[in-house]
Amino acid sequence: MNASRRSERRLGWLLCAPAVAALLLVTAYPILYAGWLSLFRYDLRFPGERAFIGLENYVSILSSEVWWRALGNTLIITVGSVAVELLLGFALALLMHRTLVARRAVRATLLVPYAIITVVAALAWKFAFDPVTGFVNGLLGLDTAWLTQRWSAFFVIIFTEIWKTTPFMALLLLAGLTLVPHDVLQAARVDGAGPWRRLFGITLPLMKSTFMVALLFRSLDAFRIFDTVYVQTRGAQDTGTVSILGYNTLITRLNLGLGSAVAVLIFLCVVLIAVFIVRGFGAPLFARRQRP
Amino acid sequence: MTRTGAAWPERLLWSAGGVLVMVYALAPVVWILSLSLKRAADLGDRHFLPRSLSLEHYRAVIADAQFPAALWNSIGIASLATLLSVTLGTLAAYAIVRLDFPGRRWVLAGALATAMFPPVAIVGPLFNLWRTLGLFDTWPGLILPYMTFTLPLAIWVLSAYFREIPWELDKAARIDGATPFQAFIRIIVPLAAPGVFTAAILVFIFAWNDFLFAAALTSTDRARTVPAAIAFFTGSSRFELPTQAIAAASVVVTVPVMAVVLAFQRRIVAGLTAGAVKG
Repeated sequence: MNASRRSERRLGWLLCAPAVAALLLVTAYPILYAGWLSLFRYDLRFPGERAFIGLENYVSILSSEVWWRALGNTLIITVGSVAVELLLGFALALLMHRTLVARRAVRATLLVPYAIITVVAALAWKFAFDPVTGFVNGLLGLDTAWLTQRWSAFFVIIFTEIWKTTPFMALLLLAGLTLVPHDVLQAARVDGAGPWRRLFGITLPLMKSTFMVALLFRSLDAFRIFDTVYVQTRGAQDTGTVSILGYNTLITRLNLGLGSAVAVLIFLCVVLIAVFIVRGFGAPLFARRQRP
Repeated sequence: MTRTGAAWPERLLWSAGGVLVMVYALAPVVWILSLSLKRAADLGDRHFLPRSLSLEHYRAVIADAQFPAALWNSIGIASLATLLSVTLGTLAAYAIVRLDFPGRRWVLAGALATAMFPPVAIVGPLFNLWRTLGLFDTWPGLILPYMTFTLPLAIWVLSAYFREIPWELDKAARIDGATPFQAFIRIIVPLAAPGVFTAAILVFIFAWNDFLFAAALTSTDRARTVPAAIAFFTGSSRFELPTQAIAAASVVVTVPVMAVVLAFQRRIVAGLTAGAVKG
């Protein structure tokens, strides 16, 4: 190895070092620390009772109904919102791709939900669905207290999530859509393929990897949902998610041992979902990340 | 790509779709604006738009003890987190894209993995650490955990952008005798500035949006940011949600960010999608 290659190598490491150190410090260290804390009985309200108890915290979480309910709720919200977002997002992407009038304005307004603070969006919809202050009941001629029942509360939460994150999905899919070569579509058209045939035969297969990346991003993002649920129901009516459970155990009840075990389990779930999507659907995440 | 020859029914269809999209995106914004402008007496009138306008809730929010402090905290914390992560991210992204060294792909993969990280998983340990280190309820106490999502985003957006910069200029400078570091400062920085700017806007929005860390790691006006302040806003009465004051506060924090986003929308769209799709 010559000197210039060696110095390039050294510079490469040197430039990456601060970022890598920062990432290790703020994520790797705390998650390892969480793993360590999860092996203790450690309640900040009774610090004297701190003791090593092995996997007991995990046993009590995995055998409690609260955890499984929270996991079920999280999956309901994740699947419900991501499924609608994929469809709606693709429809919006097609619209932005094909639209002839005010294309720029349409694209710009779609960034609005993205730019709004999640807490603000959650409150806006909470007030909108509220039976006293809201307009939704008036619009639909209903008299429903949406957030006081489980399924209607889920509806409002999922609706808010969809509203907030579909534009991101649409922009991702739009970027994939523009990569579909126009002449291939044109050739198919000349050969007599109708619009549906072109969509299912050419566009969608060519966009597979874009769909997979979007699915992966949004599923993992939806799985850690906290803000919307906290603001709209605080987990009442059995709508609490795993993040809400973790937060309540750690910060509200100050039970660091039990809460850290919840945190580690959430982390493992996220890893599992990522592996499942990458392996199961073959999302070509790293293979494509090379220089063009 | 625009096919100008489209027949007018098709045009009409797409225009209707465009209008629908705008209604979709703007309805809640108009709604929260309307809530903030309604007179207190009209709050329960179930109308989407106010019948008469009043600025009383804006006055209340500005006179409030918590909100201006939270606004200052949010601006300061989000700006510093942006500055820090974009600086570190620029260095790392340059190295990943321009320099050949073993492990650069691992840095990118690691950044991506960190971006998927559930923040609630580290809230507990940080809560405990911050109490012992005296970082609980301070600005650095939020800026540091924000690195978990701002830094990966910065590295990702920047390396996607840096790939598009012409290599030759960098190489030419080095042939002319510049060291890799000089090539970085003189040639790449001016070319990269727009990308850095885009990354900064995106990172700022993410930091500005955070609620979980702010709720868990702050407790007073010293470091509590806007999302936490709005979510925990109690107003004068503890038993009634001060809906309209919350709406006014929401409008105050939403409008400036929205203006920035709309002004730079093309760059933001490019930055948001670059890393994820083209890669």
